[in-house]
Amino acid sequence: MEGLSGDIWQPISLTIELAAFTTVLLLILGTPIAWWLARSKVWWKEGVATFVALPLVLPPTVLGFYLLVALGPMGPGGLVAPLWGARTLAFTFPGLVIGSVLYSTPFVVQPIRNAFEAMGDRPLEVAATLRASPSRAFWTVALPLAMPGFLTGAVLGFAHTVGEFGVVLMIGGSIPGKTKVLSVAIFDYVETSQWGQANILAAGMMVFAFAVILAMTLVERRFAREAS
Amino acid sequence: MKASPGIDATFRGTLGTFALDAVFHAPSAGITGLFGPSGCGKSTLLRCLAGLMRLPASRCVVEGETWQDEAAFLPTWRRPVGYVFQEASLFPHLSIRRNLLYGAKGLAPVEGAPKVGFDEVVDLLGLQGLLDRSPRNLSGGERQRVAIGRALLSRPKLLLMDEPLSALDRLTKDEILPFLERLHARLSLPVIYVSHDMSEIERLADHLVLMQAGRVIASGKLAEMQSDPHLPLAANRDAAVSFDAVVAGYDVTYGLLGLQIEGGQLLVPAPPSAKGAQHRLRIAASDVSLLPQPQQQSSILNALPARIVARRPMGESEMIVVVGLGSDGAGARVLSRITRRSWDGLGLIEGQSVWAQIKGVSLANK
Repeated sequence: MEGLSGDIWQPISLTIELAAFTTVLLLILGTPIAWWLARSKVWWKEGVATFVALPLVLPPTVLGFYLLVALGPMGPGGLVAPLWGARTLAFTFPGLVIGSVLYSTPFVVQPIRNAFEAMGDRPLEVAATLRASPSRAFWTVALPLAMPGFLTGAVLGFAHTVGEFGVVLMIGGSIPGKTKVLSVAIFDYVETSQWGQANILAAGMMVFAFAVILAMTLVERRFAREAS
Repeated sequence: MKASPGIDATFRGTLGTFALDAVFHAPSAGITGLFGPSGCGKSTLLRCLAGLMRLPASRCVVEGETWQDEAAFLPTWRRPVGYVFQEASLFPHLSIRRNLLYGAKGLAPVEGAPKVGFDEVVDLLGLQGLLDRSPRNLSGGERQRVAIGRALLSRPKLLLMDEPLSALDRLTKDEILPFLERLHARLSLPVIYVSHDMSEIERLADHLVLMQAGRVIASGKLAEMQSDPHLPLAANRDAAVSFDAVVAGYDVTYGLLGLQIEGGQLLVPAPPSAKGAQHRLRIAASDVSLLPQPQQQSSILNALPARIVARRPMGESEMIVVVGLGSDGAGARVLSRITRRSWDGLGLIEGQSVWAQIKGVSLANK
């Protein structure tokens, strides 16, 4: 085994950066969607919910393919990229963030939506009778009460982004320091027969995944105990 | 639109298969009981008043302020309304103190709403020891008291209570009722109190709105409604009339409280009480018997001259008789349930002078 070479850290930090960006964006964008899905009474909302859930069943390559088209020079991505002098969003870090956000949306939206739904109407009704405006009720009642859902959503969104491979390969390629994340790095190490390096990263991912799921289960149990 | 004191409400509309058609007025002060069997639309009506539910053909004017009519609709959070739900529904993530203050630090104080201070509410509801605790560790009764305090501290112009005691057991109910009676005595806030339990209404309400199958069938002063032989209340097995009596004196030798009601004075075994103090009395129809002449000797303390005002036969064998106290019958009205045989046997007729013998009087608040 060669031990840890310097460039093994690059995909690790890139992956963490990507997952962090993605998670923050997902919490910002996913919360209103989850709120709307939980509270709206329009009949077509389940259509939207289904659309949001599509990445759960689609092969990542399908998503990756359409993203490639959308981010490329001929798509909307090609329209905005010149704003900062680029030709395309494909094979860039921002492109990767966009792809990750879309790919992990259901993992964040679903738990938050569930938490909003589990809360029911009553706490918001109480807040309204205490003269809280809808926005005050949201920030001071709905958000704190749905906190376990946000936690689950954030952890799942982060972990799922760390674990993605197909989408990254389609739209990001394997540019070191830019788009070469962990999962791609492992693939590259194997391709170039650096089994030792691949093993280090793969084992690290195993430990990470185990720790995440265990921690989440324990936290959820604690919340459940507190709520009862 | 003419500004009238009190609450004027009209709510009409259908919710699924349920039709609500409720029109009523409630006065600016005192507790108005909203009474009716389960499923008659009491809670729906209350939710409409709070703006939690919106029916198309509705109007709601509170103290001259239009909350809602065909054109306008004030959302719940813009209505100066306090609401106590059946379950306390405290915010589990906030301490008791912050639960209590949640509504207080919302908007600017509402003009004209009675001012109640934090310390006063805490004191009134006995919440001193609870302030820094979490709602999770409170008993059902404590939680409901906090919910009431929280609603009061939002400085409402109208307090709505939706069966606040029905989720509690008998013992806890008895623990909370005195608090509600204290609130009633101390605050001049109009309260609409929904209940399907007549004993709560008898202890607390001053006015009554009777509901049946989505409609308001009658409304008025509590005692007048209770003693109206044509309303379903009088036909009840445990029909009774409530009075607010004033302490007239105390007989120390026998431990008897002299209580003045309109048209007579009653002696009730009770602990001493200050002269002039008010007590809520309840006289059950089954505890009142009628005599054509005064009885010289009887173990029953209270026999008052009265006059028969109305009567209504109840089934084959019984009769409910309304008598007005005082020899002219102009005083308070009580109900008497007697058999039809007694009615005929004594040759009683409407308008006749009688003596009402009252076997039992229950004192609600001590």
